[in-house]
Amino acid sequence: MLKAVLKKILNLIPTLLGVSVLAFLLIRLVPGDPIMLLLGERGADPQMYAEMKRTMGLDRSLLHQYFTFLSNVLRGDFGYSIVSKRPVLTEFLDRFPATLELGIMAMTFAITLGIPFGIIAAVKRNTIFDYSLMGAGLVGYSMPIFWWGLMLIIVFSVKLGWTPVSGRIDVLYEIERHTGLLLIDSWMSPDGGFAAFKSALSHLILPALAMGTIPLAVVARMTRSSMLEVLGEDYIRTARAKGLPYVRVVIVHALRNAMVPIITILGLLFGSIITGAILTEMIFSWPGIGKWIVFSINARDYPVIQGGVVMIASLVILTNTIVDVLYLWANPRMRQ
Amino acid sequence: MKLGQLLFSLILLIVSSGAHAGTTFVYCSEGSPTSFNPQITTDGTSNNASGHPIYNRLVEFKYGTTEIVPALAESWTVSPDGKTYTFKLRHGVKFGTTKYFTPTREFNADDVLFSVERQKDPSNAYHSVGGGNYEYFKAMEVDSLINTVKKIDSYTVEFKLNKPESPFIANLAMSFMSILSKEYADKLLKENKKEDIDNFPVGTGPFIFRSYEKDTMVRFEANPTYWQGAPKIDKLVFAITPDANVRYQKLKTGECHLIIEPAPADINSMRKDSNLKVMESAGLNVGYLAFNVKKKPYDNLDVRRAIYHALNRASYINAIYMGNAMIAKNPLPPTIWGYNDKAVDYDFNIEKAKALLAKAGFPNGFDAEIWTLPVTRPYNPNGKKMGEMMQADLAKVGIKVKLITYDWPTYLAKSRNGEHQMIQLGWTGDNGDPDNFLNVLLGCSGMTAGSNVAQWCQKDFNQKIVKAKTISDQAARTKLYIQAQEIFHDRTPWVPVAHAMIYRAMSNKVQGYKIDPLGGDIFREVYLQ
Repeated sequence: MLKAVLKKILNLIPTLLGVSVLAFLLIRLVPGDPIMLLLGERGADPQMYAEMKRTMGLDRSLLHQYFTFLSNVLRGDFGYSIVSKRPVLTEFLDRFPATLELGIMAMTFAITLGIPFGIIAAVKRNTIFDYSLMGAGLVGYSMPIFWWGLMLIIVFSVKLGWTPVSGRIDVLYEIERHTGLLLIDSWMSPDGGFAAFKSALSHLILPALAMGTIPLAVVARMTRSSMLEVLGEDYIRTARAKGLPYVRVVIVHALRNAMVPIITILGLLFGSIITGAILTEMIFSWPGIGKWIVFSINARDYPVIQGGVVMIASLVILTNTIVDVLYLWANPRMRQ
Repeated sequence: MKLGQLLFSLILLIVSSGAHAGTTFVYCSEGSPTSFNPQITTDGTSNNASGHPIYNRLVEFKYGTTEIVPALAESWTVSPDGKTYTFKLRHGVKFGTTKYFTPTREFNADDVLFSVERQKDPSNAYHSVGGGNYEYFKAMEVDSLINTVKKIDSYTVEFKLNKPESPFIANLAMSFMSILSKEYADKLLKENKKEDIDNFPVGTGPFIFRSYEKDTMVRFEANPTYWQGAPKIDKLVFAITPDANVRYQKLKTGECHLIIEPAPADINSMRKDSNLKVMESAGLNVGYLAFNVKKKPYDNLDVRRAIYHALNRASYINAIYMGNAMIAKNPLPPTIWGYNDKAVDYDFNIEKAKALLAKAGFPNGFDAEIWTLPVTRPYNPNGKKMGEMMQADLAKVGIKVKLITYDWPTYLAKSRNGEHQMIQLGWTGDNGDPDNFLNVLLGCSGMTAGSNVAQWCQKDFNQKIVKAKTISDQAARTKLYIQAQEIFHDRTPWVPVAHAMIYRAMSNKVQGYKIDPLGGDIFREVYLQ
């Protein structure tokens, strides 16, 4: 077991190195020069241009720049943002709770609806329930998030007036940050209380819906197929033959065994949550890391992009590794 | 549905009961400010959140115009040689009291000296704070222009310049010349928290900084002791909303009172909405096609005029700017003083163009190159498409155009070397002074600096703009700039294409807002009906 876990962890090293190379190179392949973007038409002064290039270290060779970046990262220094001139790590940590809060809501939404939908579709296989749920799932999976987010805003905020359009909380509340998770901070704040919590929650609903739709569709599909497999097993027939109530058979006997592949999928979905965050946060003005990365790409803020991408990728890879390790623990057959 | 409504009204009830008293004005901005000190930023987003609400300058632009009016300086005099400016400072101006600083004295000459010296003097304790790059201060050449700044008494400050330069006063009205509190700076220095000066600002402006939640909102409160009278709104919130479509939806639901840069496609439907109003104004910019007059056949005036007549600029306004621009007839935008409104634009006329080409000795046209702008700019949103339209227009008079482009730094570098024949470029003004357009873009000195891409050094034109730069009487300057524009119009070193419009959409309740021709959003006179 320990050996298998160690092997998994050692595997992380080349993966993370690969990510760092990609993050470093990709942004440099995109046309556009961060200094020109900072200076605008005023880049006309070659002396100022050269000076800024030198202070940013962009006059060195690519190889030199990469190794400086790498050795700094290994020492925990992700560099300074060109735009805000603050440490990339601080900037990341400032924004991560917002994405985390949104991600947790979106996943909660995906799991609490996706699993029951999958079960219903499996149990009522080839009926109108199955077809409509799986049809809706396919639509949900194929919908562009940008369009879907705007549709949600137009229907629920503009036409019905049920939810706010964007932002994290009503402008009336000034919430002091402790955890960065507004649902918690709003309770703790002297300015906040229940009303502030409600406001934060109502701001979360639409972005969580938009971000959770694709995971919801995936979870529902996965649950369905996994359930169908299990429902065909002999022990289910045995359980039914014993005369146990059907609901009990489905929930206790079938679902428990069907959960293993679903949990794997949940680990993988963490990655898609981050991708979803980039689009969702742009639409809903959500101050998380997705919006931060987009702004930084537009400004060609190299340190933020390379540092931010490495941090995000590490998180995703780490989560998947943890899921893998859990898997080993849960399933002795895979330890070989 | 009923449950949803019930829940919603419950939320509304709770939310409204928790509301604070007073009016809150919500402005939906497009991005996050990088700093709250206009000395170290050059972007409009940061300026809107710092220079305008928090600070004042010695002189300022009259709201909604490019005209200079007294502000922290009550009056000023210029010595006959144009090199000494003496400012009489306003008495009784208080710096705002914030959570983190309570001023004990009023604004005086020490604050002016500190604000200039931080930028100019590398030995100033604050010079290297925030990166130490005072880009605007250098780019507008204020650093090399100011020789000394001296405190005559607590309410008199004297600037000695290295040469007479009348646009200096317009530069003083720009946000990078905002006045910071010396007392606050000294306090931070003592506490070893120098960096705070740019993140927790203290100024004399109409609003007091309250807080900034990163990428979410900036909060201000009205400054009750503002020297021009407290603003009519109690709280000002910048809700950072990067997507133009979402800003529009927020405007519709009343979550914003005013939005920056509505999407061009939405402007018509906004105009039809009886709850909203749209304001527009020509921006402080110009997009143009410059001829390299050093190259043949563009040295020939008839060829330049022929091309001017052959380009159907009205069609570009529709296709490229989506109608959100006006045809330019001068190098200056109409919102700037000194604009030559009497100029009669060259009409779109293929026959005239053909005749002029024949007269110049090119009855069958010639082969030409146009460089197309590689970046999106307000003054030219799509250089490539505009190039294709120009290509089609010129083909009609026999000029066969090849379109060329490079990445942006190369494009600028090569154009500075004069490697082009015809080139698309543009300019967004800084200080609302005609010199900032005419001298930078068309003066002989701009040729060596590289900003005069037409490589056009016209003696009589240059004389007028150089002279206008050294005298401080605005009426006399206006006259000279109009004459200069007449010469430009006659000699056509460029085809001025367009001035992009600025749009702001707002709720019907918003009163007192004026579009700032310099591109800022200013709320000190705004209120809600």
